[in-house]
Amino acid sequence: MRQLVFALALLIAAPAAAQPTTPPAPFAYRQLDDPKQEAEAKALMETLRCLVCQGQSIADSDADMAGDMRSMVRERIKAGEPPEAIRRWLIDRYGSWVSYKPTVEPVTWPLWAAPVVLMALGFWLARGRFRRRAR
Amino acid sequence: MRRILLFLPLTLFVAIVLVFAFRLWAPGDTIVRSRMVGKPMPDFALKPIVPNHPGLAAGDLHAGQPRLVNVFASWCIPCRVEAPQLETVKARGIPIDAIAIRDKSADVTAFLKSNGDPFERIGDDPRSQVQFALGSSGVPETFVVDGAGIIRHQHIGEIRPEDVDGIIRAFEAAR
Repeated sequence: MRQLVFALALLIAAPAAAQPTTPPAPFAYRQLDDPKQEAEAKALMETLRCLVCQGQSIADSDADMAGDMRSMVRERIKAGEPPEAIRRWLIDRYGSWVSYKPTVEPVTWPLWAAPVVLMALGFWLARGRFRRRAR
Repeated sequence: MRRILLFLPLTLFVAIVLVFAFRLWAPGDTIVRSRMVGKPMPDFALKPIVPNHPGLAAGDLHAGQPRLVNVFASWCIPCRVEAPQLETVKARGIPIDAIAIRDKSADVTAFLKSNGDPFERIGDDPRSQVQFALGSSGVPETFVVDGAGIIRHQHIGEIRPEDVDGIIRAFEAAR
């Protein structure tokens, strides 16, 4: 009996809707007609972070907000705006965190210096070993 | 010197493990704050979404007196949670305008009917474009805009009873 009541309760249970029901923006799921512009848009979208699913790019995310942002990127590229200007616009609003492309600023200097430092360290170690061999 | 060098890899390894362990124990802050705080309201003009409230334009937030702008949606559950707090804020004489994100007229009307209607103007942002221009990353969010149209404060997430004093203080500071 109790199981039956539970089963009936499940039938009338409606999931709490926490999603907009309005249709997606025009270019959220539609590519631009010009393949060159679409390639530019795609390259930019892959390096912009979704604000909802924070580990994903807006190109990968199914969040409604990511769809709106994709549509915005495509519409602006269609209107002739350069991709880096769109990235700049978003960084001005959300901080460099919104972009996956690392920026050059004091906090990222170690990141840019790391390859050079590691190469130098490697050369130094290798030199020591070759010297010992030669002896 | 050699001995120190021999221990270097182990030391580095332990240091990296400690960094990882620390971040697992205390994950970073994932809240995205708007960089528009301290900057003028971006230019926009939003149509009305319900018949009994006018739409919202950037010029309306330039009125000599500070105002609150609540970014909300009828489909957003935390927005229902903060409704009583918005009523409290309004009862203290603070004018509140709103931006409805991706919403429908009938849904907003029903939302205001069941949760109360503290808003003067409500702008319709059907594709989150003004939300992006504000640097807002979700609903609900509340901005304090001063009389010259400069964004002075951003509250992220629902306004809980304990946040009301902070909102009122931010409003007073924007006078």
